[in-house]
Amino acid sequence: MIRVENITKRFGDYAALHGIDLEIQPGEFIALLGPSGSGKTTLLRIIAGLEFQDEGHVYFDGEDVSDIPVGKRNVGFVFQQYALFKHMTVADNVAFGLNVRKARHRPSKAEIKARAEDLLRIVQLEGLGARYPGQLSGGQRQRVALARALAIEPSLLLLDEPFGALDAKVRKDLRRWLRDLHKQMGLTSIFVTHDQEEALELADRVVVMDHGRIDQIGTPEEVYMKPATAFVSHFVGETNRFPDGRHVRPHDLDIVSEGGEAIAVDNVFRKGAVWRVEGRLAGNDTIVELDLSSDRQPPAIGETVFIAARRSLTFAS
Amino acid sequence: MTQRSVGTESRATQIVLILLALAFLAFFLLLPLIAVFSEALKQGIAPFLDAVSNPDALAAIRLTLFIAAISVPLNLVFGITASWAITKFSFPGKNLLLTLIDLPLSVSPVVSGLIFVLLFGAQGLLGPWLAAHGLKIIFAVPGIVLATVFITFPFVARELIPLMMEQGKDDEEAAVSLGANGWQTFWHVTLPNIRWGLLYGVLLCNARAMGEFGAVSVVSGHIRGETNTMPLHVEILYNEYDFVGAFAVASLLAALALVTLVLKTVLEWRFDLHSGARH
Repeated sequence: MIRVENITKRFGDYAALHGIDLEIQPGEFIALLGPSGSGKTTLLRIIAGLEFQDEGHVYFDGEDVSDIPVGKRNVGFVFQQYALFKHMTVADNVAFGLNVRKARHRPSKAEIKARAEDLLRIVQLEGLGARYPGQLSGGQRQRVALARALAIEPSLLLLDEPFGALDAKVRKDLRRWLRDLHKQMGLTSIFVTHDQEEALELADRVVVMDHGRIDQIGTPEEVYMKPATAFVSHFVGETNRFPDGRHVRPHDLDIVSEGGEAIAVDNVFRKGAVWRVEGRLAGNDTIVELDLSSDRQPPAIGETVFIAARRSLTFAS
Repeated sequence: MTQRSVGTESRATQIVLILLALAFLAFFLLLPLIAVFSEALKQGIAPFLDAVSNPDALAAIRLTLFIAAISVPLNLVFGITASWAITKFSFPGKNLLLTLIDLPLSVSPVVSGLIFVLLFGAQGLLGPWLAAHGLKIIFAVPGIVLATVFITFPFVARELIPLMMEQGKDDEEAAVSLGANGWQTFWHVTLPNIRWGLLYGVLLCNARAMGEFGAVSVVSGHIRGETNTMPLHVEILYNEYDFVGAFAVASLLAALALVTLVLKTVLEWRFDLHSGARH
C-alpha cells in the first residue's frame, strides 16, 4: 500500500502542493487528473523520489521512504517524452536497469538478454531489439520506455502523461493496451493526465486536483456523477452553469413543450450518436449546451425552445 | 512582368552579396594564408625545413604541445563540471558563474596575462612568498600554463551549456530511476549525449591554447629554448628579419588552424546527422 501524508511542496514563493493525503491499495490503477499547474506531476515526482516534499511523508508498505531517492525506491517511471537513450539500441535501453546493478545483484549476460527479449515481447516489440529509438514511431518508443521501466521489476509503476505526445488514433489503441497490460500484471500504477476521458477510461480511482489540492478522490462513476466541487463538475465532463448556481450535464437537459426555461438556438450539429444543441438563455446570454437523442427532431437554428433539467447539482461556493 | 523584374533584381542582389562576401573572405583570410605559405617556401623547401628543425624552433614546438597537453584536459574537466552544475542543478550564484566563464573572452588577453604577473610576479601579491620557497611561476612554464588555462577555459563550457540546456535532465532522471549511480549516469547517458559538442569544444580550446599570443607573451619572459611558445617564437624571428624562419613556424600554426577547420566541419556534419536522427 502506498500512503501519502500531508505532503506540501513549494517552488520559491509558489506553493505547488498543500497538504496532500492519499492512500493507494495494492494493484490499483490511479489517475491524477487536473489542469496544468494543479500539482499532479509534482505529486507523481514526489511519490517517485525525483522531487522531495518540504513537509509530510511518503510510505511504501508502511515503510517511510520520504528521504529515499528514486534509485532506491524500486519504482518504474515512464517520462512524458520517454527519455530513451538515443545512442543505445532498444534492447540496451530495456536492459539498462539490470546492467547498472552491482555485480553481485546483476543477472548474467544471457539472463539479461533473455529478460529484455521477454519484455519486448510483452510490449509487442518482438524483434525490434536491435533498432535505435530514432527508428521507431512514437507509440513504439512509448512501449520501449514502459518495458525499460518494467525491467527492474518495480513495485510501483508511475507514468507522467503517458499518451500526451501521441496522435489521437495511436493514443486510443495504446490506452486499451495499457489497461489490458495492467489487468494482466496487477502492478500498482499511478498516471498523470489532464485528459478526463483518459482518466475515466483507464483508472480504478481518479484523483482530481486543482491548485495544489485534491478536490475529490473516487471511482470514475463517482467523480462523474457525484462531483464533490464545482471545479470537478466543470473539469470532468461537460457542464452547463446556470445563473442560479445549478450545474447540469448536457445529456441531463431536455427540450420540453412547456414550462422550462427559454433558450435561443444558435447552432445544431451531430455529435456522434446525439444532436448537440447550443443556445443562449433568454435574457442573460448564458451559453447552454444540450444533447438530444438522435431519434428526436432537432430544433431549427434561430428558434426559441424550452428546456428542463432531469438532474442538477449545486455546490456551496 | 513586374513579378519577373523583382525576381531578376533579387537574383542580382544575391550575386552581388555572394561576391562581396567571397571577396571579403579572399582578402582577409585566403590571401594572408597563401602569403604565409608562399613566404615560408620562398627560398625552397630546404630553408623551410632548416627553420622548423632548428633547436629553438623545436623547443618552441615542444613547449606549445606541452602547454596544450596540460591546459586542454584541465579545461575539458572544468568545462564538463561547470556545464553539468549550471544545467542540471539550480543554486545561488549560477548567473555569476555563467558571467565568470565568459570573462576571459571579454577581457583583453594582455590584461589576463597581467593579472598573473600582479599575482605571482616578483612585486606581486604572492611574489615574496613564492620567492622564499624557490617557486618560479612568472617568466617560467607554470605561468604560461596558468595564462593559457585562463584564456581557454570558456571554450568547452560555452559549447556544452546550450547543448545540455536543450537536452534537459530527463535522460539523467531516467537513468537514476533505473538504479544507475552518478558515475554510471554520466558515463553511459550524459557523455554519449554531449560527445560531439564536447569534441568540438576541445578542438576550439586546443586551437586557442596553441595559438594564444597576448597573455602568454606577458608572462613568458621570451627566453629562447625555454619559455618561447610557437607564436612568441614567430614574433622573435620576425623582429630579427628572419622572414623565412618566421613564416615557416607560422605556417605550422596555420596548418594547425586548417586541420582544426577540417575536423570542425567533419564534426558539424556528424553532429547534424546525429541530431537529425533524433525525434
